[in-house]
Amino acid sequence: MQTIAARTFDIGYMDALAGGDTALHRLDARAKVVVTLLFIVFVVSFGRYEISRLTPFFLYPVFLVSAGELPAGYLLRKALAAAPFAFFVGAFNPFLDRAVLFHLGPLAVSGGMASFLSILLRFFLTVTAALCLVALTGVNGACAALESLGVPRVFAAQLLFLNRYLTVLAGEAGRMARARALRAFGAPPPGPSLFARLAGQLLLRSYARAERVYSAMLCRGFDGSLPLPGRSAFGRRDAAFVAAWAGLFVLFRSVDVPRALGILLTGLFK
Amino acid sequence: MNEHVIETEGLTYVYPDGTRGITGVSFKMVPGEAVALVGANGAGKSTLLQHFSGCLLPTGGTVRVGGLPVIKENLPAVRRAAGMIFQNPDDQLFMPTVFEDVAFGLRNLGAPEDEIEPRVMKALEKVGAAHLRGRQPYRLSQGEKRAAAIAAVVALEPDVLVMDEPTSNLDPLARRRLIRLLGTFGHAKLIATHDLDFALEVCGRTIVMHGGTIAADGPSAEVFRDAALLERCGLEPPPSFGPRR
Amino acid sequence: MHMADALISPAVGGTMWVVSGGLVAYSARKVREEADDRKVPLMGVLGAFIFAAQMLNFTIPATGSSGHLGGGMILAILLGPYAGFLVMASVLTVQALFFADGGLLALGCNIFNLGFFTCFLAYPLVYRRIAGDGLDRRRIMAASVLAALVGLQLGAFGVVLETVASGISALPFGTFVLLMQPIHLAIGVVEGLITAGVVSFLLEARPEILSAASARRPIGVSIRGALVALAAAAAVAGGALSWFASTRPDGLEWSMFRTSGKEELESGGGLHGKLAALQEKTAFLPGYGFRKAAGPEAGDAPSEAAWPAVDAGTSVAGLAGGLFTLLLAGAAGLLLSRRRSAARNPAGE
Repeated sequence: MQTIAARTFDIGYMDALAGGDTALHRLDARAKVVVTLLFIVFVVSFGRYEISRLTPFFLYPVFLVSAGELPAGYLLRKALAAAPFAFFVGAFNPFLDRAVLFHLGPLAVSGGMASFLSILLRFFLTVTAALCLVALTGVNGACAALESLGVPRVFAAQLLFLNRYLTVLAGEAGRMARARALRAFGAPPPGPSLFARLAGQLLLRSYARAERVYSAMLCRGFDGSLPLPGRSAFGRRDAAFVAAWAGLFVLFRSVDVPRALGILLTGLFK
Repeated sequence: MNEHVIETEGLTYVYPDGTRGITGVSFKMVPGEAVALVGANGAGKSTLLQHFSGCLLPTGGTVRVGGLPVIKENLPAVRRAAGMIFQNPDDQLFMPTVFEDVAFGLRNLGAPEDEIEPRVMKALEKVGAAHLRGRQPYRLSQGEKRAAAIAAVVALEPDVLVMDEPTSNLDPLARRRLIRLLGTFGHAKLIATHDLDFALEVCGRTIVMHGGTIAADGPSAEVFRDAALLERCGLEPPPSFGPRR
Repeated sequence: MHMADALISPAVGGTMWVVSGGLVAYSARKVREEADDRKVPLMGVLGAFIFAAQMLNFTIPATGSSGHLGGGMILAILLGPYAGFLVMASVLTVQALFFADGGLLALGCNIFNLGFFTCFLAYPLVYRRIAGDGLDRRRIMAASVLAALVGLQLGAFGVVLETVASGISALPFGTFVLLMQPIHLAIGVVEGLITAGVVSFLLEARPEILSAASARRPIGVSIRGALVALAAAAAVAGGALSWFASTRPDGLEWSMFRTSGKEELESGGGLHGKLAALQEKTAFLPGYGFRKAAGPEAGDAPSEAAWPAVDAGTSVAGLAGGLFTLLLAGAAGLLLSRRRSAARNPAGE
């Protein structure tokens, strides 16, 4: 688990990236949300031993990073930070599933090795696509998109409020943790009962804050319905973006592009 | 319109648990007047302020804001007349962007959508924060947050600005900017503060609260000269004023 | 216990999206009907609270490893089932977006596992029954511990069901359950103790919050109708999606068949997926030593299943092509970046 400071920084940095101004940033958030979801469904729809046919899908995150001027190094590190999980998920496969799937010259590739690599590829693809989505639209943009895609208003408003007070409360939690650590002199994190009291303390502050926010809302005429940010229009460019990528995903899924390329290549060398 | 933007008569508030908040508070403010509300912690300043937005309703006496008695039926109009600026801008800036936050009150008032943008921008320009429109509140500096919160309230064109500790957490430069900004406003202002130098500079009149009642009410310079009064109320004369030690 | 995109099939992921989406819509309607304005900011801030509290670590007694709060039961107790569920769903959504915790496709599963069981089963059937309407401290404490525990057990069971239904693994259902539930018994006890601790802290400091919460009559008869509707929706969605998956020539099995050249692969290679899912659980509690359990299981792997080597030429062509595709993708990206910066520089930026 990352430190609070690192996680809070991440939230701020991702939102700062979303403030960029490229053609991709300007696309309607709905287009990006839809394409990202399509992308993930297509990627996980392959069989468990599939490796090569996943590779064309790298085109999508690569395109988002370069055309969206996103910091590839940072996103890679972030994806890798989530990777230990994928690694644990798959790392046992080579030991469990030793039957040989195919031979690569002198090297016998087992089913476990193939499926391990496949899980890592999937994980990497789905994670980077989701990270790119947030970096290009921001949580607020993604929430607004979800709302206009049919997510209930109450829930969309909930996401916006959560996002707004995330950093505020994470800051409070961080200060509490630091205040404790400064006087802990190397003692391990608190046990459940002390933790419960710290969390209770944080909860009380959260309640008090919610009450103040509520009265601030009342003071400016809040009557129960939250006016959400106006939405942008879904234009021709957005439709083209969705259509182009959806078409490519279908192509990658139905035609074995790498194999065709490979046969072409190996055929050339023969 | 009534000649007083704020008028309280024997205002008393007792909390549900029986704690006395304020007792018999009476004062009046005329349009354009700037009044500082000073007093030690627990003197009743915040309790008093909450009556002007109707967040608390008096248990005794009356409050009038913009000529209207603060009762349940009048709350929308009262909240339009009194612009509350909270101590912590994070409590006040709850929408995702500065623009949306300033637009929040306007939309609730039912302003037509094509008027919202110009009115938001006008308010932001007034506080010198037009460049912050697309920013997210948590990414602003304290001074910027303060300016955005003021814009959100000024956009509603209130008769009186009610501020709770506006200089808290501001660095000297941001504090100076705030003083200059408030000087450009024609609104009546009621400002609760511990910053007595600020009170002296911005407000011609000062009300001293102590133990839930008004201990003194007069021209700021006179009030701050009364060292005995200040000491009795748990205050110190402002540094620029008090006896050199 | 987040499910991950890498572990589920599109059919299961899609079904759970439909189910959780339905629950979100239903809860949103209920919250709107309650028409409690105060809840709008309160829900948001409490969501941020759960998020922030999850960033704080605590030491799990007797293991030395550290854990963090789930928080679903606290939300249900403070906000009631509908608002609590919405808040939990929002926390999981933002986590999936910001930190890639779980994943977008698995979000439906995660919302269901961590939100539905806690808010709609454990809260009304366990917490409310035990805690009653009063503010009896001992009853509330006992109810918190038990309800959090039950919620997590059900959630873990949900993970098992979803993993099995995804067909990624062939680990016997029974074995998987026997491994999963005890781990989550331990996690559940800790979560329950913390829930009880937080609630009792609140009981001391601001009892009125809890008395307001327990004065609500949260679950009416309508929940039964809603559950039936939900089950029907799940059945329809699941049925349609699996029909789609099985009739499409490029369904899961088919593509595996094509990759390997043998359909029996399914039975031989299934184990690791299950163990992988299991590994996901143990990875969260590295101190529990359950990971060792995977060892003996490994020995049982039916490795005798014949794995006919696929035509090596095809595989090599596929892999070479894959590498080449990667290179192409990378080159395209580089080209694009260079063109962009070239286009920008003349502008003097």
